[in-house]
Amino acid sequence: MSSYSPNQSIGLLLVLLCCVLPQTITAAENGEPDFTIAKLQNSLLDHYNLELAGFIEARTGFRLQNDPYEKDASLAEARLQLDLARDLGWGLAKVKADLGHDLVTDEMIAELREMNLSFSPLDNADVKVGRQVLTWGTGDLLFINDLFPKDWESFFSGRDDEYLKAPSDAVKTSFFFEAANLDLVYVPEFNNSNYIDGSRISYWNNVLGRTAGRDYVFADEERNRVFSDCELAARLYKNIDGMEAALYGYYGFWKTPEGLDPGSMRLIYPRLAAYGASLRGTLLGGIGNLEAGYYDSLDDQGGDNALIRNSEFRFLAGYERELADNLTGGFQYYLEVITNYDEYRAALTPGTPQADEYRHLLTMRLTKLMLNQNLRLSLFAYYSPSDKDTYLRPKAHYKVSDHWAIEAGGNLFAGSDDHTFFGQFDRNTNIYAGARYNF
Amino acid sequence: MHDQLRAAALIFVACLFIAPFSASAQPTADEIVAKANLAAYYAGNDGRASVTMTITDEQGRSRSREFVILRRDQSDGGDQAFYVYFKKPSDVRKMVFLVHKHIDKDDDRWLYLPALDLVKRIAASDKRTSFVGSNFFYEDVSGRSPDDDSHELLETTAKDYVLKHTPKDPASVEFSSYSTWIDQATFMPTKAEYLDKEGRKYRVVEALEIKEIQGHPTVVKSRVQDLAAGSETVSVFEDVSYDLGLKEEIFTERYLRRAPSEVRK
Repeated sequence: MSSYSPNQSIGLLLVLLCCVLPQTITAAENGEPDFTIAKLQNSLLDHYNLELAGFIEARTGFRLQNDPYEKDASLAEARLQLDLARDLGWGLAKVKADLGHDLVTDEMIAELREMNLSFSPLDNADVKVGRQVLTWGTGDLLFINDLFPKDWESFFSGRDDEYLKAPSDAVKTSFFFEAANLDLVYVPEFNNSNYIDGSRISYWNNVLGRTAGRDYVFADEERNRVFSDCELAARLYKNIDGMEAALYGYYGFWKTPEGLDPGSMRLIYPRLAAYGASLRGTLLGGIGNLEAGYYDSLDDQGGDNALIRNSEFRFLAGYERELADNLTGGFQYYLEVITNYDEYRAALTPGTPQADEYRHLLTMRLTKLMLNQNLRLSLFAYYSPSDKDTYLRPKAHYKVSDHWAIEAGGNLFAGSDDHTFFGQFDRNTNIYAGARYNF
Repeated sequence: MHDQLRAAALIFVACLFIAPFSASAQPTADEIVAKANLAAYYAGNDGRASVTMTITDEQGRSRSREFVILRRDQSDGGDQAFYVYFKKPSDVRKMVFLVHKHIDKDDDRWLYLPALDLVKRIAASDKRTSFVGSNFFYEDVSGRSPDDDSHELLETTAKDYVLKHTPKDPASVEFSSYSTWIDQATFMPTKAEYLDKEGRKYRVVEALEIKEIQGHPTVVKSRVQDLAAGSETVSVFEDVSYDLGLKEEIFTERYLRRAPSEVRK
């Protein structure tokens, strides 16, 4: 696709955008255009039993300060998403793909987000095979037992929330029993998260001992041996009179490359096992949740390997409720505890910043709905008193009509140190805006 | 002889059943409200409808919502479960709103976001807030508990009972009182008018069209007008059916992630 210039693909999307515009314009003139997306949707449904939906979107964002390692533009892209589904009677087939162009990296966007088949082989069993987005757990933008891939680059640069979850190529089998329900997810070839490698977001680089970006894009050693680099995730859950209880297990690898191979100077994905539990239910007119997990870093169980992340306990407690008319507040406390902290400290390479044994994190979400719920103002804030850093996500989303929506927001980072989780991103503080036509 | 005895016995049994009704020719306000609650919100053991809502704001701009709603009753007048599957507009397509309505405690609510495969638990909000941005409130969709108000029979017209309802906890609602018109024959509420705290009529909920479906009088078109804001919402209910034998498990997390055939068609 190297012959495909960015101007061409943006042009193509503009043409598509012009195709959808007449629908809103001619409607006012009583004129019925020969081609509309609605007509195409109806004819696909009538002739092929195919459901078509999707959107076309343009988004742009920029850094609010100079970043010596990155471009000023943090986001500049146009994309078309097509979502096709067919009811087969005995099952459901689904394909969802994104096409477009990313002007920040000057690369074409061609992403298959979903391609799966779901069916029920037994009365009490469901199967979903193929590329799919998977989510479980109780945290709000905090994940303990959800060890499915994330896209942190999308999250920090202002794409739609949908893109925080990266798809998995998996087989998900669910069993439903009177005693409890069981989900088993098998991923034959490890799906890592899209981590911050420096290509579009600058980060703290422990090897260099400084912030780096496009001058040092951290490559990883992919785990790509089918079957031997596999992942297994399980959830056993039950709704007990409105209280949702769950147990989780995971066997696979750290989802972000939490190890370094000193020979190749590439990042690696060390082995990981995780166990956890969660509870969620109504509490004092709102929703309360508790979740805990133990991350067993199988390649560094002693904690004395400086190049591989130690095992950790993770814990979160959350509460959400309506604060006033159309105003909802959510609050979470989250804790990470490094185990074998003495070994970690002793093994630490001199000069490398030392992580605290306990990382405390507080989050707050405020959501206000206005103008007949067409305007949604929201703020999600992370603040760590131990790391002394913060990350704010303000956002305004307005539904102009049943098809059009506009959105603007920011990703604001601040911290007293350059090496903490959010503090390392402070030169990436950005604002963005976008428009979307849904069909 | 046997026949005479049998006839006498039948008359006796019939009297047993008929007596309570004929004795109370004029039901009390509480009895009317209880029957209206059952007629409006508990028809059949379960039900299904395809709903199209058209919301028109004060400037004449309109937006629409299309969804399929499934309902299952635990018992008449008791706990219920609702499954709302959105079809339009496109940005909420395939989202599911699940409610376990409880009489004696807060409802349990979930929202399923298909793009994230996320089952989100939602705090039980004020029931008198807008349902999906329309002029309908949550309470208009799932019913207001008869115990929340005290009821008074104002008059009996040729066709309707006219009642006045005063909230027991005035601070919890935006109205000072409301009146309802309830059909004497079917006990279906056909109109409700709400007075604000200053006593001005500001909100009208009306059944515009009622049809009998499977023996149940059913509202197939209704309208809410917000006289103060100048906006209104019209709901049209199509493909209504009752007693489909909906399984209890449809109203669980399993079917949030995998919509049942009852809503997909």
